[in-house]
Amino acid sequence: MPAMWRVLTGCLLLLMAGPGFAELQWNMPEGVTEVSRDVHQLHMVIFYICVAIGVVVFSVMIWSIVHHRKSKGAKAAHFHENTTVEIIWTAIPFLILIGMAIPATSTLKAMYDTSESDIDIQVTGYQWKWRYQYLDEGVDFFSNLSTSWDSIENKTEKGEHYLLEVDNPVVVPIKKKIRFLFTANDVIHSWWVPDLAIKKDAIPGFINEAWTVIDTPGIYRGQCTELCGKNHGYMPVVLYAVAQDTYDKWVASQLKAQEEAKSIKEMSYEELYALGEQVYTNNCASCHMPTGTGMPGVFPALHGSDYITNKDPTDQINIILKGKPGTAMAAFGDQLSLSEIAAVATYERNAWGDQKEQSVTPAQVHTIKTQAALSN
Amino acid sequence: MSTAADSLTDHHHHGPAKGIRRWLFTTNHKDIGTMYLVLSLSSLLIGGLMAFVIRMELFEPGLQFVDPNFFNQMTTMHGLIMVFGAVMPAFVGLANWMVPLMVGAPDMALPRINNWSFWLLPFAFTMLISTLFMEGGAPNFGWTFYAPLSTDYAPPSTTFFIFSVHLMGVSSIMGAVNVIATIVNMRAPGMTYMKMPLFVWTWLITAFLLILVMPVLAGAVTMLLMDRHFGTSFFNAAGGGDPVMFQHIFWFFGHPEVYIMILPAFGIVSHIVPTFARKPLFGYTSMVYATASIAILSFVVWAHHMFTVGLPLVGELFFMFATMLIAVPTGVKVFNWVATMFRGSMTFETPMLFALAFIILFTIGGFSGLMLAIAPADFQYHDTYFVVAHFHYVLVPGAVFSIFAAVYFWLPKWSGRMYSETLGKWHFWLSVIGVNLTFFPMHFSGLAGMPRRIPDYALQFADFNMISSVGAFVFGFSQLLLIWVVVRCVRGKGEPATEQVWEQAEGLEWTIPSPAPYHTFEEAPKVS
Repeated sequence: MPAMWRVLTGCLLLLMAGPGFAELQWNMPEGVTEVSRDVHQLHMVIFYICVAIGVVVFSVMIWSIVHHRKSKGAKAAHFHENTTVEIIWTAIPFLILIGMAIPATSTLKAMYDTSESDIDIQVTGYQWKWRYQYLDEGVDFFSNLSTSWDSIENKTEKGEHYLLEVDNPVVVPIKKKIRFLFTANDVIHSWWVPDLAIKKDAIPGFINEAWTVIDTPGIYRGQCTELCGKNHGYMPVVLYAVAQDTYDKWVASQLKAQEEAKSIKEMSYEELYALGEQVYTNNCASCHMPTGTGMPGVFPALHGSDYITNKDPTDQINIILKGKPGTAMAAFGDQLSLSEIAAVATYERNAWGDQKEQSVTPAQVHTIKTQAALSN
Repeated sequence: MSTAADSLTDHHHHGPAKGIRRWLFTTNHKDIGTMYLVLSLSSLLIGGLMAFVIRMELFEPGLQFVDPNFFNQMTTMHGLIMVFGAVMPAFVGLANWMVPLMVGAPDMALPRINNWSFWLLPFAFTMLISTLFMEGGAPNFGWTFYAPLSTDYAPPSTTFFIFSVHLMGVSSIMGAVNVIATIVNMRAPGMTYMKMPLFVWTWLITAFLLILVMPVLAGAVTMLLMDRHFGTSFFNAAGGGDPVMFQHIFWFFGHPEVYIMILPAFGIVSHIVPTFARKPLFGYTSMVYATASIAILSFVVWAHHMFTVGLPLVGELFFMFATMLIAVPTGVKVFNWVATMFRGSMTFETPMLFALAFIILFTIGGFSGLMLAIAPADFQYHDTYFVVAHFHYVLVPGAVFSIFAAVYFWLPKWSGRMYSETLGKWHFWLSVIGVNLTFFPMHFSGLAGMPRRIPDYALQFADFNMISSVGAFVFGFSQLLLIWVVVRCVRGKGEPATEQVWEQAEGLEWTIPSPAPYHTFEEAPKVS
């Protein structure tokens, strides 16, 4: 039976996928933490048990198929029950299961011990990006897919880390216990880095926890694994594990950059437009589309809408700041800096010809943001 | 037993009505069974077309044919149509045809409800499919429709989806009530419960599962409707609700649902293997108890679909242990089938080939299921292609192959003609090659880290996806052979079938003429 041969070759391939062939990426990675290695081992043990059971059961079956066929003159026996045999093949699987459950339980218990962490990072899922907030250090940033749409649409060459690359990776020191706190801003997402054996759902209104201690420095990549809408396939996770001093320097530079972003800058129309285009592509284009026409019935068009045909940008800035509750339109007030909001508002007004070279300034945004805060 | 066939000759004036009226107003279990099977085949083709779009898009990395939103509509509709439109109606169709024949009843117990439960479905599916053409597109949140993606973030057509699920639920519940009423009340004299054919037993248990869980699904979609249109916050944390509660409710329905799609398959295989091994089924009693145990366990394992939502440790442990337990009764079934074959006198006609492939490939799906039950390992498998491989192994070479096996097994009884064994074998081999080529590599891409439900993927998954796509095209197109086989028989081509059809076939259904007359067992046969 070719079906069986295929299955057997498949199993053999899987067997080879153990340690020696790990780099070919067809088995679960061993990963870089104690927990991930435990999980990998658990996976391999259960797999081998399944293979062993499969070999026994399918061998008997193949034996019967080969020998007990009518064309070979086999005469059918008439037995149809045997209590002893049935008790045995109920009891043995039960014992095997107990054997599997013991190591699984201890690994699971270890994974749930999130106490005594050195660094706490809150990870928030947004449609379709991740936000990382280091609770003690004060570092706070968004992490977007950095693969270009041109390469997704096959207009340019695809790079080595196609779809698994971001603008701002999350950075952590090695050999420190890091606790992740997961939540979401809109729909359910799930944060997964295979090398850490962490996959946890990020659920709006709830906090989930996970922890890790990474042994080896490196770049570890993963993806969102819970269907979260249109661009679910485009929200990767990239994590840099670095030495402590590199990490400290990174934290300092992040804080400095965050401070700078808070200031109200003077920007020319060209500067605003250029920055705006970038912000729009990262945050708005996936729903409102690069042409500003949206998707009828799902995401409204910007081009030609009151928000940008009106000379007064107040409504436009307000909706960018606060979003529209109960819809996919998120509040960007805390996500983007004053300059970025001004820039994207400028870009939207001018990109499709609704206005002619009309600037929205960071100062205007600042005023409206302050008013909005007061009116709440 | 043989008197039933003779008495039929007096009743020709009870034959079917002419034209469309026959099908619209029929209360005949055979006509209704046929309509269910035709609906199922149409759904298989439509859902298959959607799988074709999915596999075309995933043939290579990058976006080639569809945009991500449409891709999500395809995965959602493919799942819904295959589960509710292809697999479930196929088993209901088989139950309609075969349960009365197997228990020696003249028809189903509630023939008019039978007509209604069928005729709800074409409307439900027309409505569901029509959402593809609505502004905003079809539902795009996966067949599991997790809130809040299916509430605040869903397209307007979701309301039509909700109503069509309501209709399907009403239909399923009425169908299940009918099956139970028939089996409990209309068995031939002498057919005690422990003499019932296994297909009847598995369907009896399945019907109870349906009655218990379809209302839960109806509740879930109704709460969704309320959240969408009437300002409630069942699943909205901002209003005091809980999105995780949706998943608990959904999977309390969803896990028994997957057994609804596999228990009748166990029944079918338990008929085919003894027939072609020419040896009685090994361990009939333990088969009945194993089926019942699986059904009962199915109610206490639902949260193994939710190991990553942040359940408390004890919760994880409970659902892990309960899920692992299911391997015991399932193992018993597989061992029984193998023991039935052992020292038999086997031949390998198409139904037997599909049944054998079922046993092997369903067992492989069972193994990956056991791996998925181990919670710490599940953190790595969850929502990856490993899961896609797992449930397609139990549903395609599992449930669907059992349906193919059943069609080849009973087609001579239905049509009065033997199907073409050559075409059947071609259909089998192409299907079995296609199915493994499609789904086996998905284990690898999943373990290597490919999430499910993505329209585009990182380059290291490219080879496995290309193989899967090629396999899917082979599997998809080979189903045209099935249509050819069935159409040939229906049009009266092929050798006339005998009453017994298969050399060693046993049971009341093989005592009536082939094709089965429009009315059978008007006088109850006696079972000794």
